[in-house]
Amino acid sequence: MSERTIVRSGEGVPATTAGTLPVRVRSRWTRILLSRDAVMFYALIAVVVYAYTQVPYFASTQTVGFLLLDVIPILLIAMPMALVIITGEIDLSVASTVGLTSAVMGVLFQAGVPIGVVLVLCLLLGTVLGAVNGFLVTALGLPSLAVTIGTLALYRGFALVVIGDNAVANFPQELTRFSTSKLGDTGIPVVMLLVLAVALVFGVLLHFTPFGRALVALGFNKEAAAFVGIRVGRAKFWLFVSTGLVSSLAGIFWTLRYSSARSDNATGIELAVIAAVLLGGVSIFGGTGSIPGVIIGVLLIGTINYTLRLARFSDVVLSIVTGALLIASVVAPSIAEWARGRLHARRTARLELQRAAAQ
Amino acid sequence: MTTPTLADDIPVLELHHASKAFGAVVALSDGTIEILPGEIHALVGENGAGKSTLIKVLAGVHRPDSGDFRLDGKPVSFGTPADSKAAGISVIYQEPTLFPDLTVAENIYIGRQPRGRGGLISRSTMRAEATKLFATLGVPIDPERIAAGLSIADQQIIEIAKAISLDARVLIMDEPTAALSGVEVERLFGVARSLRDRGAGILFISHRFDEVFGLSDRITVMRDGAFIATHTTGSVTVDAIVREMVGRDISALFPKEEAVIGDPVLSVRGLGRAGVFSDISFDVRAGEIVGLAGLVGAGRTEVARAIFGIDRYDAGSVEVNGVPLRPHDPQSAITAGLGLVPEDRRKQGLVMELSVTRNATLTLRTALARFGLISGAREHALGEDWSRRLQVKTASPDLPVATLSGGNQQKVVLAKWLATDPQVLIVDEPTRGIDIGTKAEVHRLISDLAGRGIAVLMISSELPEVLGMADRILVMREGRLTATIDRTDATAERVMFAATETLESTP
Repeated sequence: MSERTIVRSGEGVPATTAGTLPVRVRSRWTRILLSRDAVMFYALIAVVVYAYTQVPYFASTQTVGFLLLDVIPILLIAMPMALVIITGEIDLSVASTVGLTSAVMGVLFQAGVPIGVVLVLCLLLGTVLGAVNGFLVTALGLPSLAVTIGTLALYRGFALVVIGDNAVANFPQELTRFSTSKLGDTGIPVVMLLVLAVALVFGVLLHFTPFGRALVALGFNKEAAAFVGIRVGRAKFWLFVSTGLVSSLAGIFWTLRYSSARSDNATGIELAVIAAVLLGGVSIFGGTGSIPGVIIGVLLIGTINYTLRLARFSDVVLSIVTGALLIASVVAPSIAEWARGRLHARRTARLELQRAAAQ
Repeated sequence: MTTPTLADDIPVLELHHASKAFGAVVALSDGTIEILPGEIHALVGENGAGKSTLIKVLAGVHRPDSGDFRLDGKPVSFGTPADSKAAGISVIYQEPTLFPDLTVAENIYIGRQPRGRGGLISRSTMRAEATKLFATLGVPIDPERIAAGLSIADQQIIEIAKAISLDARVLIMDEPTAALSGVEVERLFGVARSLRDRGAGILFISHRFDEVFGLSDRITVMRDGAFIATHTTGSVTVDAIVREMVGRDISALFPKEEAVIGDPVLSVRGLGRAGVFSDISFDVRAGEIVGLAGLVGAGRTEVARAIFGIDRYDAGSVEVNGVPLRPHDPQSAITAGLGLVPEDRRKQGLVMELSVTRNATLTLRTALARFGLISGAREHALGEDWSRRLQVKTASPDLPVATLSGGNQQKVVLAKWLATDPQVLIVDEPTRGIDIGTKAEVHRLISDLAGRGIAVLMISSELPEVLGMADRILVMREGRLTATIDRTDATAERVMFAATETLESTP
């Protein structure tokens, strides 16, 4: 691994040049192998290997199936959520959108609406619910935390109004069976292909399109983004619409998988989604994050939870572990930053002063 | 250099040859001032002359690297603003810092409230004391009202009342009148005079010569971080002061190449925004550099932001090549061929966390995409190309721009606009905080652009830069265009007169 330290003030740059930091330039491969995503991947492999060898019953194709089925709704919603958090916003209403979609799906189907029409209406509903969040945040300039706490309660309330305490269960068998069917005898659910397609769309959007470049820029610095003509409000609006749409997709899957449309479906999974996104390396302060990282984050939390359940730990432990991982993932970058900061503290302090004076 | 005119009194405050450097940047090289008890002393100088640094040294915000600082003839050294305050120096900044939710009286006595029975705060004593203070100042402010909603003028009076209650012997005011109306200025001056008559020493910074000459007993001029002279107000003219403020050699540094000047590209007509600027009309032609001069706060940056579509405007229009721009839409301005290098490089010009390449190509993100997808290779090639063309010094274009020096950061900002092949480039303080070598490079670049037929509007607070670079100079004062001066007629004095309020009163 090649690594060299370059202090550029020694390269013929005038000594008065303020702000020249000693910079560590690493080779491409070193950077990739030491990146946060890579480290998360090693952690995931470690957990899987440990569970495979140490936890009874983990080593089976059934494990793969159940683990992935459990993880699918979270993985789906984590994709748009990652983009929302990268722009410095948050959407807490996703689980309620799942619940409301599920309730509406049950009621419409029971009323005799053809299932194809029901599915389209459900996706439309999700889009509208997301657009409401987006409108309140971008057009009225309200903080997304407050707005989506509000719609979290509101949408769940609507779900109760729509379906009450009832449950609808008699969905067409071919659909419910499809939702849990596996690819041959690999144990991988067929629906996983759809999820991968969604992940691909969001991954390409974030990493390979002008829109993605704009999102990252505005996540780090809204003002500078506006100065290069990025329409900050518009970008955020469409992201909220996308979380609504994908959440309703997750709602359809949830309803079919458990063959049950209820108002309290998916209660509380917004926390699992956000925990996974942050664990996956998305910064809660905006700007930083990658889709591969988020996928690994979701799989890591899913695997740990599944393993603990197999080992017969109670739900309380699961929730403690999820919470601790969430805190750790938010705190870890700060600790790393602090450690790095200490290394260059004296030099940086001097440069900051120079910059301050120069302005 | 003239030495300070020493009076017989012992100065209540004196600072001699104080210096303050931040790293390699020297903000103050010879800070010298003497304030006598019972005098009003004005401090004048161009933007960046070191006035604010000097005040911060007096206020204990900065500890000087060297120099002799005395109060009543005895050497002192302040480590914190609290030390300075305890020694009897009160500083009132341009924007007062009151607690908006507390009452006027609570603000005055914050942290040292009078105690009554049982050690509890005695609101009645506090109210009575505050009422007495305002009576001595002769201003009717209700001590019981909440500070929020008070005018800046009233807030300043409250800061002064606070200073008096602290038995301040030296009162320092940093551009106190910048945000005040005529009546309010008169009232503030009344208060200042009555304080002087009670023996306090008052130092105030102002850019308005009518105020400086109307109020002060003595005037100290600073330039380039150094003391130039102290004059008795009666024995000096505005002309002399202005000459001392700007007097330096401005010929050599800033070469503007002769360029063929073509048709108007940018036309601004009757642009106005309530309370900020009004009736701004001008053209910038192809190949022309138009300098926009004026004091900080004259509204120059606000005009640029409105033209580019960052801010809304209430009146007027902006046209590029005869086609009106959509207001409040930077993207349409960019499409029409406009670029803006903003005033604050670190907050507005760059995304500090992103790489040199990403920053340089941020304006081109749509053009970079083929079938909607950005190719990393093309992005890199473009980033490297522009870094090379502008000679950005960086170990790798993949490094965050935060690791670059100020001058190289500014080159990246320029690169991202040059990459869009603009027809009009607005540069706002293009060389602020840049070392001298890179500064010359930036000047050469801008001159080069004009040579290639780009219309350049350059906002700058550095007179030599404006005089050296611009084909034509527009001067703004308090939100209005006050003068248009051709290159051949432009002198530092003329620009300064137009930028301050003395244009009419000088021959």
